[in-house]
Amino acid sequence: MKFRGKIVDVACLNHFTRVVTTISKLTKTCVLRLNPDNLFFVLSGKVANGGVSMWCELSQANFFDEYQMEGVSPENNEICLELAPENLSRALKTIQNAKSVKVKLTKKHCPCLTVCAELPTLSSISRVVTHDVPVDVIPKRLWHEFKEPSVPDYDVSIYLPPLKTIKNVVDRMKNLSNFLVIEANMNGEMNLKIETDLVSVTTYFKDLGNPPWGDGASQDGGPTQSRDPDSMAEARVDVRKLQQFLVGQQVNPSKSMCSEFICTSSTSVTKVSPKAGGACPSLHPRYRPSECPPPDSAA
Amino acid sequence: MPLSTQSQDDEEHYVLVASLDNARNLSNILKAITFKDHAVFTATPNGLKVTVEDSKCLQANAFIQTEIFQEFTLKEDLVTFQINLTVLLDCLNIFGGNAVAGTSTALRMCYKGYGYPLTLFLEEGGVVTVCKINTQEPEEPMDFEFCSTNVTNKVILQSESLKEAFSELDMTSDVLQITMSPSQPYFRLSTFGNSGNAHYDYSKDSDMMELFQCTMTQTNRYKMSLLKPSTKALALSCKVSVRTDNRGLLSQQYLVRNDDGQICFLEFYYCPDEEVEEEEEE
Repeated sequence: MKFRGKIVDVACLNHFTRVVTTISKLTKTCVLRLNPDNLFFVLSGKVANGGVSMWCELSQANFFDEYQMEGVSPENNEICLELAPENLSRALKTIQNAKSVKVKLTKKHCPCLTVCAELPTLSSISRVVTHDVPVDVIPKRLWHEFKEPSVPDYDVSIYLPPLKTIKNVVDRMKNLSNFLVIEANMNGEMNLKIETDLVSVTTYFKDLGNPPWGDGASQDGGPTQSRDPDSMAEARVDVRKLQQFLVGQQVNPSKSMCSEFICTSSTSVTKVSPKAGGACPSLHPRYRPSECPPPDSAA
Repeated sequence: MPLSTQSQDDEEHYVLVASLDNARNLSNILKAITFKDHAVFTATPNGLKVTVEDSKCLQANAFIQTEIFQEFTLKEDLVTFQINLTVLLDCLNIFGGNAVAGTSTALRMCYKGYGYPLTLFLEEGGVVTVCKINTQEPEEPMDFEFCSTNVTNKVILQSESLKEAFSELDMTSDVLQITMSPSQPYFRLSTFGNSGNAHYDYSKDSDMMELFQCTMTQTNRYKMSLLKPSTKALALSCKVSVRTDNRGLLSQQYLVRNDDGQICFLEFYYCPDEEVEEEEEE
């Protein structure tokens, strides 16, 4: 099992740091999966963490100039680690001006992800800072827990308005209620609603646009195609979980989207039971920050 | 869509419709009197009066005159309702409430009458929020019977000078003692805290003193905890009038200029803490 990567381009380093920092705001621990092409940060929805799950896919070529890895075996050419993203984020934040950063899997007192940064110097002697981020190696028998989540045929997928706008609204709604209903339709409309004894508040967004979802969906005409464009799909979420997602945003996404699905059809909308912290089954903060140019084109 | 259909259908049923191009003009002034959750709204042809009270000793009123509103339609002579002010402020600031250049939240406030919620339509950058805040049975606001004919002492100060004094006040003192007198020390703020007594004197000829009309020497104490909420009003204001009547009741009136340069008033009434014999400590 070997892993070694090197980032030279400062834009890539910044971007990678922002991604890790965003993840660190969302969760205390997560799983890092490495394969020859991609890095995945995975948080699988467990009741203990309120049912929020996350799947972050980074193409290694977009970030690393050099990338070598050797998985547990040639058939299972992957490495699966558990780490605290906060530690990695802190290590990366201090080395933003590095000339180059090497990330390696090492065995010291415990398995570590070692971040070596070569910092600029005025003299001829090089300055190297090393951070060891302890990790746990996840045995192969548990890998199935961190597979890419299957994407259900969503009833509605919609592009979100600027996250800053949603954040303002959600921040205020959090003061008023613990739960928030997100509803959206295939006509580019999305509403955020709260209702309590004191007050009911609804924020209406329109002209948001609906993304075509998946390649297969258009052919077999999944539920998104057949449903009435005006009919709303709704999900009830824990406001704090949603806020946590919005607070952590540092990746400045060019597009973000929200997809919802309801278990039964049309009118009898199922409200997600609040017992598991009221988390919605469909709110996957799924980042695809693939906008960063490959290192060679940026140079 | 929900906004346009709803507001047209119901338009004639509203007893009160008030619109503002900039919701901050309302939220800023209400923020200054948010020291208790419940506020009584009184709408008259002159405008809107919002009253908040604490412990039957303190009353704060915010006046937002008709001219401040772009539209102010009242079907009855007097409309009153009670509402949760904290909730209202959260609603008014739903889009963040910060003054970012070029953006402001437009507000349309509608009320159908007794038993109905107060409905707010807010719009910023094409996004619409509709809030329905349940109204409560209005409590009769206290009448302090503060009458201008009974006013014994009155000063008008630039808020700047009082802000400085208030920021330096010894908050370990339970009370603030205000002395107003036609002779020395004219206008004095005193505290009695853990680290000793402090006096803050204003001369009557000071540049900060716009008006000085004191007819008799009066010394009264007011609970610091009750006076504290008024610092928010002070921070917002440009001038303040401080008056006391023959019973020692204190009235502060703050003149507040909003984002558009219009003037609103905030008024605070305080009951004195206890009778103090008129004797000089010096």
